[in-house]
Amino acid sequence: MVYLTRKAEFSASHYYHNPDFTPEENLRLFGKCNNPNGHGHNYTLEVTVKGEVDSRSGFVVDLKQLKEIMHREVLDAMDHRFLNKEVPEFLHQIPTTENLAIAIWQRLHTKLEKARLHRVRVYETPDLFVDFYGEA
Amino acid sequence: MKAHLTRRYLFSASHRLHSDEMSAAENQSTYGKCNNPYGHGHNYTLQVTVSGQVDPSTGMVCNLVDLDDFMSREVLSRYDHENLNTLQEFARNVPTTENLCTQIYEIVQRGFRPAHLERVKLEETMMNSFEYKGETETATRSKEEPK
Repeated sequence: MVYLTRKAEFSASHYYHNPDFTPEENLRLFGKCNNPNGHGHNYTLEVTVKGEVDSRSGFVVDLKQLKEIMHREVLDAMDHRFLNKEVPEFLHQIPTTENLAIAIWQRLHTKLEKARLHRVRVYETPDLFVDFYGEA
Repeated sequence: MKAHLTRRYLFSASHRLHSDEMSAAENQSTYGKCNNPYGHGHNYTLQVTVSGQVDPSTGMVCNLVDLDDFMSREVLSRYDHENLNTLQEFARNVPTTENLCTQIYEIVQRGFRPAHLERVKLEETMMNSFEYKGETETATRSKEEPK
């Protein structure tokens, strides 16, 4: 079994707000992230897949295909977007880095053919990242 | 769903690697330049990984403010711009980055309640890093060793 990681970058804006909470509760819980006009990050995405090395190609996965899938499923939908308003998963769910990692996992894991998705890592900043391994 | 959240912190501290149980020559051969009696310093990079179910009402494993407050109060204020050898936990323990890493793990493990601690990673320089997950392999190994 070999693990392969492909990196990508995207930039997007978001804000944190739960309509079930009062404005005061939202502000207390989410602080500056509650600003309804949003704020942005340069996200770094790392997608790790695993599999046996194919004896003919020497690949775990065709990197070109993986790159295309990441572009089609994630970057085209999220790069230079306002996550709360333009990405379906976040119309009714808070676009935290945790939820972003889960949403990206869900977008990718059914699309991979030979290799299996191992980990989705999303850096919101160099000082903060979330890993999702598909665990319930 | 369960996610892992990692937060990175920076602090600077000085230390000297020296063991009272060793002779001067042994200290010198074990620790080399790090045995300099005046000490020396590093910019440490600390990564703390916690895990837990993502709360549907907040979208979070735990509130980052709680983690930052805890780390600032219990770890960074304790070690940043300090001489590690002067601290009580290193009175009998050499302040290697291994020992500092396990010490920080114990502080977070003991005191931080909102999420489960998975791992502490401490980089002494860009070239050296240490990780501790609370595992006790030495205990297992000692059992296997013939008496």
